Amino acid sequence: MFGLGILAGLLIVPLVGAAIILSLRGDDADVRSNARWIALFATVATFLLSLVAWGRFDPSTSAFQLTETHAWLAETIRFKLTVDGFAMPFILLTTFLMPFCILASWEAIEHRVKAYYVCFLVLETTMIGVFAAGDLVLFYLMFEAGLMPMFLIIGIWGGKRRIYASFKFFLYTLLGSVLMLLAIIAMYWHAGTTDIQALLQHRFPASMQTWLWLAFFASFAVKMPMWPVHTWLPDAHVEAPTAGSVILAGILLKMGGYGFIRFSLPMFPDASLYFQPLVYALSIVAIIYASLVALMQEDMKKLVAYSSVAHMGFVTMGLFSLNPQGVQGAMFQMISHGLVSGALFLCVGVVYDRIHTREIAAYGGLVNRMPLYAVVFLIFTMANVGLPGTSGFVGEFLTMMGAFRSNPWVGFFSAFGVILSAGYALWLYARVVYGPLEKPALRGILDLNRREMITFAPLVLLTIYYGVQPGPILDTFAPPTEALIRGVETAMSAVKTAALSGN
Amino acid sequence: MQSFAASSFGLATPEIIVAVGALVLLMVGAFSGRRATNIVGTGAFVVLLLALIAVAFLPPSKNAILGGAFIADGFAKYMKVLVLIGSAAALALSSDYMEREGFIRFEFPVLILLSTVGMMMMVSANDLISLYLGLELQSLAAYVVAAIHRDDARSTEAGLKYFVLGALSSGMLLYGASLIYGFTGTVSFPAIAEVVRGEAAIGLILGIVFVAAGVCFKISAVPFHMWTPDVYEGAPTPVTAFFASAPKVAAMAMAVRVFVGAFPEIIHSWQQIIVFVAILSMALGSFAAIGQRNIKRLMAYSSIGNVGYALIGLAAGTPEGIQGVIVYMAIYLAMTLGAFAVIIGMRRGDRYLETIDELAGAATTHPWRAFALAMMLFSLAGIPPLAGFFSKFYVFAAAVQAGLYTLAVIGVVTSVIGAYYYIRVVKVMYFDEPRPAFERMAPGAEAVLIACSVVVTLFWIVPAPLVNSAAAAARSLF
Repeated sequence: MFGLGILAGLLIVPLVGAAIILSLRGDDADVRSNARWIALFATVATFLLSLVAWGRFDPSTSAFQLTETHAWLAETIRFKLTVDGFAMPFILLTTFLMPFCILASWEAIEHRVKAYYVCFLVLETTMIGVFAAGDLVLFYLMFEAGLMPMFLIIGIWGGKRRIYASFKFFLYTLLGSVLMLLAIIAMYWHAGTTDIQALLQHRFPASMQTWLWLAFFASFAVKMPMWPVHTWLPDAHVEAPTAGSVILAGILLKMGGYGFIRFSLPMFPDASLYFQPLVYALSIVAIIYASLVALMQEDMKKLVAYSSVAHMGFVTMGLFSLNPQGVQGAMFQMISHGLVSGALFLCVGVVYDRIHTREIAAYGGLVNRMPLYAVVFLIFTMANVGLPGTSGFVGEFLTMMGAFRSNPWVGFFSAFGVILSAGYALWLYARVVYGPLEKPALRGILDLNRREMITFAPLVLLTIYYGVQPGPILDTFAPPTEALIRGVETAMSAVKTAALSGN
Repeated sequence: MQSFAASSFGLATPEIIVAVGALVLLMVGAFSGRRATNIVGTGAFVVLLLALIAVAFLPPSKNAILGGAFIADGFAKYMKVLVLIGSAAALALSSDYMEREGFIRFEFPVLILLSTVGMMMMVSANDLISLYLGLELQSLAAYVVAAIHRDDARSTEAGLKYFVLGALSSGMLLYGASLIYGFTGTVSFPAIAEVVRGEAAIGLILGIVFVAAGVCFKISAVPFHMWTPDVYEGAPTPVTAFFASAPKVAAMAMAVRVFVGAFPEIIHSWQQIIVFVAILSMALGSFAAIGQRNIKRLMAYSSIGNVGYALIGLAAGTPEGIQGVIVYMAIYLAMTLGAFAVIIGMRRGDRYLETIDELAGAATTHPWRAFALAMMLFSLAGIPPLAGFFSKFYVFAAAVQAGLYTLAVIGVVTSVIGAYYYIRVVKVMYFDEPRPAFERMAPGAEAVLIACSVVVTLFWIVPAPLVNSAAAAARSLF
């Protein structure tokens, strides 16, 4: 339609929704309700459209598909949208999570409702754009554009320290990314194009790779976030409204991992090998340190935030193990974490909406009044721990296997993360849900209502389904992973030959 | 018979239109007195539009006219379009303000026109004499305009400061020009470029340094920026909007003309000056703005920083670099005019407000205006997909291509620091408790704001026309 393909459609539908909401006049109850429904409709429509895209997508090849290009800055910098097996699942994850964010905000957001949904819809466009970008400059554009709506979401609808958190989020991520911009420019002058497919074929000299890798690393490590640049995340998570936290944990963090697998690993294989020990070290520190910190948290959201940092440690470890198990496991872990951590933030949001506190000490014995909630929360807690039968297990197991194959010590240390995660997650569950219901504020607390049940049902189903049937996702990741490993191995053997001939 | 358009005066048609228009309007004003103020204002706007049309339709020519003093090449054409748009927008912004503040005078539009002629001359200058003539015509008119509100102590102080410091810098520029003439034996840029090759004589370097000092003053680059915050704050807001827009573009074009036009062969001699000035401007622009409470002062430091970024392109000295400068100035013009349109609209009752805190909660009281200003500020901070990102992209691209990695890294880091004070204004508008609403915006300011918002927010969808024509304009210099 109009010369635009389905991926452009995915970018446009949320923007159209945002434009319609903006055109609503006034701020009375009707307008607010209309804004909600339009936002829900737009996100559901985007999800359905992404399912159509998924239907047209052939997961059995590592090729880029659904490609469309439009004239843009120059002949060499074009508005190109395309997806492969790495990108497609993330687009689906994004479009899948968005309606839940809208539903979760249904009653929680009462002021400046129009602006709220506009921010979320614009954010959705930029997130899809990140994963669908077939051009580096376009990728950067989408990657950074998401900062603006997220800054407003945290700053306007956030908690007490929202201003501090929003500034920290914005400036931290911006500082990380600007160096990547310079690297992108350097790549452009070297390769003569910013087309991602062309760049994947291009060999950068090893000395240049080191610098480019570091510049990209600065951006993705902050976004991921990796220890020690993770400190923005707990602040942002704690202050953001529930839906903002879901998007942060579910999608925005995945952009870091996606960036690693899309750019750092295949385009700079020599540098990736060279820096492998560094990434391993940072990942292990993140896994153990963040888990220990999570144990000591008194705020539910902060605890989940630190557990996210630990789980992202598994992802970076798996990605840089550079073997099929590790890479596929890391990708699976990201999808699974997107569902599970998003759902955990929704769980926190449910009780927060009722009692308006996130302090763990304020709760206890919820199972007596909220049996359904207890079940849902238990499932996601178990998935967070990585219990077999939930999607959390598959990712953690595969990444550890990959790490063990590459370096047994790394695998050994990462296993502590599994133990510790059981510690903090189960302890949180015990303190909030079990025990006697003594606090007077909790006496009248109500169980999940229908809207909340609708929100949680698909998430529960998918978490368990992918726990026992990880095949569909893993199969999608398999072809591009193979291509990636092959590319890295070629680079490795080239280095070895060079080293041998040097001797 | 030679047609007029191709004759030597034909290429100067736009300048002639503006100059004659200014004189006619001056007569109209002088003879009809106060009554004609509005007519003169409208007339000045029409004159600028006519000149804009003339510029747009005149084909660029590589041949210098008037004895080699004046050239209307692609670069000049592009920059003149920007200058005329900037002046016209400044006039549109001033329409309502002067009347309310009670100092409406017919001299103001006339002075703007005269200043515009000077700027067009600067843009088209092909030798040191015509450059100086243009510069002085532009500056003298600007000094008067700064002090146009003569009952206001701040305005007169601004005018005086601007005049004293401006005269000093003009003197330096003139002294540098005379040194250059002495060591090369010519004032024409192409002729200088012919003569100056290889190792430059020390006297010539000295001349370049003096000229650079004069140029830096006009573009308000550090360390010759001291006048900027005071003049920006003191001058009436529409005048500040004018200073921040068109003259900056013209002065940057002048810098390009001098350095790239006259000294392309000894880039190693002046590159370090520009790099140094660019780094200082970016750093000062981002650090000094953090403490500002007055939004006009904030914009002053913002413009100092922005000039620093534009200078990155000049420092590269390549066609890509000049393309970066042109794109930067075009987008800077839209962002600055848009921001000033909102600032001029900050009026409660009869009082025009200038502190940032007055914007508190503007997002609830004036959602569209706050949104527009937020977009301008995010764009100034260089956040994609807004236009400001592309302006920075092109200058950084040129710097990386020219191997100026340190400069590029310092540039991106200071842009993050600068982002802090831009988003602080966004924070005031969006996160703070609302204050009483402002009055309705004047139609002129509203039109400027809408046009600038469209450019800034939607530029990313069709960036090619501006970027490609800038590339063509840049190539005309090489």
